[in-house]
Amino acid sequence: MSTVLDKLPGTVDVLDQSLESEMTLSMGPQHPSTHGVLRLDLRLDGELVVRAIPDIGYLHTGMEKLFEYKKYQQGIVITDRMDYLNPLGNNLVYVMAAEKLLQIEIPERAQIIRVLFCELQRIASHMVWLGTHALDLGAMSMIFYCFRQREKIMNLIEAASGGRMTPSYFRIGGLMMDLPAGFERRCKQFLDDFTEALDTFDTLVTGNTIWQSRTKGVGIISAEDAIDWGLTGPCLRGSGVNIDVRRTNPYCGYETYDFEVPVETDGDVWSRFKVRMRELVESQKICRQALERLTPGPIKADAPKVVLPDRDDMRKHMDSLIHHFLIVAEGFNIPEGEVYMPIEASKGELGVYMKSNGTSKPDRVHFRGPSFINLSALPAMSEGEMIADVVAIIGSLDIVLGEIDR
Amino acid sequence: MANTDALLEFVEKLKSENASWVTDVKDALGEVTVIVPGESINAVCEYLKTAQGFDLLADICGADRGPEEDPRFEVNYHLFSTKHFNRLRLKVLLSEDKPNVRTVTNVWNTANWHERETYDLFGVIFDGHPDLRRILLPSDFDGHALRKDYPLRGYEPYSMN
Repeated sequence: MSTVLDKLPGTVDVLDQSLESEMTLSMGPQHPSTHGVLRLDLRLDGELVVRAIPDIGYLHTGMEKLFEYKKYQQGIVITDRMDYLNPLGNNLVYVMAAEKLLQIEIPERAQIIRVLFCELQRIASHMVWLGTHALDLGAMSMIFYCFRQREKIMNLIEAASGGRMTPSYFRIGGLMMDLPAGFERRCKQFLDDFTEALDTFDTLVTGNTIWQSRTKGVGIISAEDAIDWGLTGPCLRGSGVNIDVRRTNPYCGYETYDFEVPVETDGDVWSRFKVRMRELVESQKICRQALERLTPGPIKADAPKVVLPDRDDMRKHMDSLIHHFLIVAEGFNIPEGEVYMPIEASKGELGVYMKSNGTSKPDRVHFRGPSFINLSALPAMSEGEMIADVVAIIGSLDIVLGEIDR
Repeated sequence: MANTDALLEFVEKLKSENASWVTDVKDALGEVTVIVPGESINAVCEYLKTAQGFDLLADICGADRGPEEDPRFEVNYHLFSTKHFNRLRLKVLLSEDKPNVRTVTNVWNTANWHERETYDLFGVIFDGHPDLRRILLPSDFDGHALRKDYPLRGYEPYSMN
């Protein structure tokens, strides 16, 4: 693995600039508060962090290379495994990029279900963030309350797609299948119960003075610096910049939903915490609106060359059977072109750059993972802070190493 | 399909500022791509950031067109504005013999890791980068994995020793 000690041409020798009293501490890759396999090379002066150098790549699996060898529809299952806390968001951005290249229209019902599931997934992702962030800072019991709520969402996702962590529910041209009977009632039940859970979280952490003193004034980043470092999502909105891709470049009909974009101005761990806590309420609101709008209708686009036909159709129509065979055996060609498709994932702007060369396999797929960019700003936030605060800052960035290393 | 008139206006401003900055413009699928000569990418980014409000660098990614192509490599810069919410793509084309391009780390700090990733996976050299090391692959890794002529399973089993 690469370390800062490796000297390659053009490398800045960080050791030459070190202080007399400086000590090097390697935090991770097995450290529990680094949320996976992140290693931090910390240069310390006593307990103060002089330099923090993140070292990543321990989970690199060459996914971007693998996309080039898989058909478009096979790529969806790879996206599940990147940000494994937000797989439906990854599915969505991938299929939307392909749909943009194909220029196909997605039916209303499929769009609403996509919004509904993305917001449920955002709540689930924030539940893991809140549980682990609190665990890092010593509030041990939070993780059980959070995972209890997350489990309910996992059950809903399982009911619809059959998968929990790797749903692959969104397909190019629509959805894998329609919602099961009784789903709406179960989802509504969850949303109603979730209000009480939010109150519990507020009682347990938000009003807790220890929590506040651990987070307020820690890891401050100004609005200008946040933009300069390319921060997006709750990290950027915690610094007072009102940017949300759902508002600035709406997709899936988000412009028609009534929701607020929470913004806090202090730029510290506390602000980022508050932004995410308020986002939970907004996501709940969007889910409710999506459920109300749900009317029966098609869930797949009218594009027989791209979308798999229904099983029932295949038994009755010759051409459906032929299309099914061709899509599965040979895939479908996407016209030449390139797109950059951004969405607002739970961690920030998740973008995909997809380049097609006219065949059934992409020429290049690149993911702009929000965790990757947000982590690169960690040195800017943590230098001059205590070691214990670095743990709080990592928690507030909400990183997932699967997405960083890809 | 989205209207690209607003984006093309920025391209016109770019051309009137310095005509040599824009080699070609592509307008497809509601997105505008400006092909920029490698030596002026820094100046173009500086101008777009300070004068036109494209203050957030969303992404940099490389692409390989294949070993038989010339120019072989592309570097795509995806710019976003937090003021007028437009997105613009800049593209630099590089030949295999001289895959060098000026860094934009002096314009945006966030370019640091993006450029390291592109260097790591494609072997594009960013001149003037403060810390151009591999980022995802180990420092002793041989070759650049996302090049088209690099086999999917590598040349030999990689050992971690």
